[in-house]
Amino acid sequence: MDLSYGPEYEDFRAELRAFIEKNQHKAPPAGMGMKHPEALEQDWQKLLIENGYTCRTIPKKYGGYGAEPDILKTVIIQEEFTKANVNSGLSGQGIGMLVPTLLENGNEEQREKYIRPTIYGEIHWCQGYSEPGAGSDLASLRTNARVEDDHFIINGQKIWTSGAHFADMCFILVRTEPDKPKHEGISYIMMDMKTPGIEVRPLVTMTGAAEFNETFLTDVKVPVENVVGKRGEGWKVANTTLKHERGMLGDPGQMLSRIESILKILQNEKLDGKRLIEHDMYRDRLIAAQAKTEALKFHSLRLLSHTLKNEEPGVSRLIVKYYGTTLARELSDIALEALGELGQLYMGSPHVRSHGSWQWRNMFDLGLIIGGGTSQIQKNIISERGLGMPREPKLAETK
Amino acid sequence: MEFGLSDDQKLLENSFRRFTENKLPLERIREFANTKTGCNADIWNGLVELAATGVLIPEQYGGAGFKMLDALVILESLGRTVTPVPFTGSAIMAPVALLTGGTEAQKEEWLPQIAAGETKFGVGVTEIISTRDSKGVSLSGDTLNGNTMFVIDGGPADVYLIAAGPDNMAIVPRTAPGVTVTQLTTIDYTRMHCEVKLEGVKADLLGGKGKASEAIKKTIMAGRLALAADTLGAAEVMIYKAVEYAKERKQFERAIASYQAVKHMCAEMITELEPFRSLLWYAAYAYDEMPDEALINILLAKSGIDEAGKFIKRTATEVHGGMGFTDLMGLHYWYKRVSVNRALLGTPDILRNEAAIAQGWLAA
Repeated sequence: MDLSYGPEYEDFRAELRAFIEKNQHKAPPAGMGMKHPEALEQDWQKLLIENGYTCRTIPKKYGGYGAEPDILKTVIIQEEFTKANVNSGLSGQGIGMLVPTLLENGNEEQREKYIRPTIYGEIHWCQGYSEPGAGSDLASLRTNARVEDDHFIINGQKIWTSGAHFADMCFILVRTEPDKPKHEGISYIMMDMKTPGIEVRPLVTMTGAAEFNETFLTDVKVPVENVVGKRGEGWKVANTTLKHERGMLGDPGQMLSRIESILKILQNEKLDGKRLIEHDMYRDRLIAAQAKTEALKFHSLRLLSHTLKNEEPGVSRLIVKYYGTTLARELSDIALEALGELGQLYMGSPHVRSHGSWQWRNMFDLGLIIGGGTSQIQKNIISERGLGMPREPKLAETK
Repeated sequence: MEFGLSDDQKLLENSFRRFTENKLPLERIREFANTKTGCNADIWNGLVELAATGVLIPEQYGGAGFKMLDALVILESLGRTVTPVPFTGSAIMAPVALLTGGTEAQKEEWLPQIAAGETKFGVGVTEIISTRDSKGVSLSGDTLNGNTMFVIDGGPADVYLIAAGPDNMAIVPRTAPGVTVTQLTTIDYTRMHCEVKLEGVKADLLGGKGKASEAIKKTIMAGRLALAADTLGAAEVMIYKAVEYAKERKQFERAIASYQAVKHMCAEMITELEPFRSLLWYAAYAYDEMPDEALINILLAKSGIDEAGKFIKRTATEVHGGMGFTDLMGLHYWYKRVSVNRALLGTPDILRNEAAIAQGWLAA
């Protein structure tokens, strides 16, 4: 056990702190924006890239900073921006998923054309994976493309395409080889969202906001050179991207700051004239959740340590999505239930607390339990890959 | 940056796992448990040979001079095989008490005997945490009177360290005049705790009168870490026993491990436990290296592991179906070990209340 980062990293941290201190007045507000990056975001992004605080390992020739991968520096960057509550640059599916995929599977022309404008926030991407009939069983997707005159002609429907209404491009999975087995007939294609035949309809969720969309595709014409990797190998290509997604751990720092926010509620709000924190029932629940949050924090450090040593951490990594999303929801539950009826007030109501954001959070937390692999899928993964338990036999095998 | 066990600690882990697994197949566990002595001489001597009884004791007093995280690696191994030895009381809590609060003479007298396994200690601090049946020991002049319950590993002990209020701790030989020891039989027959009654017992006070408050606090912290590590080991084994059983057991022509209803139970068990292993490691590290962080992390770690343990002992038993409920399978030894660990030195509810106070959450 050695929790010091060593002098090289402490210097790096000190420089970063000084950078944040000096430049934070130029930063756009922290938090995910559900809109296309504008000049303010793009300028901040440029400054961060030039200083190596985002897109660190993307090669210089594609517009990145070109540093060697160094996970400790990545962690320090995340820690410091979270601590300072300063915008840490653009995120989203273009930078998070498409760019790593192009670096791994794209051809030179594709990398040169798309990576730079993506990381600088000029091209915003959405992801076209899920379909109404293909959720947990994504490989059964039915949106299809035939080839005519060097173009894919795409027809079908995608769902959960967040940001599709302001995205410039979409990376989409379509069935191009209908006669092949389901995993071998899929292609990974980059599609311009201005192409005729694309209709985006906002998908209003239980929160009342439209965080996602449904995207309908009718004879959408995309040049064949927009396929990433080979035709029919889209499942493999998409999985290298999912690997990048899985590599991103939940952020325990954010959950610890939620504990702080709930503590403030319990210390400031009263029930029957007595502060909530003095009521054993709420205090006890918060501390039980605090224990789990602290456990997750140190668990992340343990996983980080495995990554640094190139060790496969096995089941201890597989549990993170299920544990983290369940815990996040437990936390927003505590805030809401401690507020009683007041917790049910929403947007703009008299007496509403924190603008109803705990209700929004609580509903969205449920969405996160379902999205990105439901808890049930996670439990299959944990038990099958982590504990070596057998898969459920397919229907045909049981007959 | 390295968060986790060092290579040396992994070697330690391997050698203790080998030792306990060789010594304790199920039939031996059953045989030893049925003696209800709380200490098997053969295993105890083996632990002495491996220098485990002196793990926390500095070399100058005949021990190995290791740190708390090393000790927890050993404890987890002992928990995995529900090992019938008084390790928590004698090798963890008593050395911490003596090292923190003892005079040089007291350390020189007792620590080498503990390290050599010749003298076994039981530790009575229950009433400092929570009092039942109006028990408790009081000190008047240099005389002790009263009762203390659930003296940790007190059944097979030769000497006791007994807290008399929050500031005094006495070293009391079992054979001293005025001492009555009554063994308490919990559901867990692998370790034996006791009630110690003191009637006009002349006290040898740890560090002198009123000097033991720091020692008592650290002894409780160390004991909580030890019990949590024991549960961690026992609960993890319960999970893997459930997984193995589910892979072998067939119903409706399939291994029950292939039913999602069953494997999701197993996934939930490992998910509840694994993050708390990380927190426990950190708490043990903080105990030695970052004292300011130790108390709160120990409270959170033991309460969290106890809760995970409660879920696992029930769920793992259910995965075993009717067999889990029988003595044939022997799973109940682990179930009972986890149960008793949860209750000792503060149930999770009590620990969480202490954690609120420790963080100043109740102050205005």
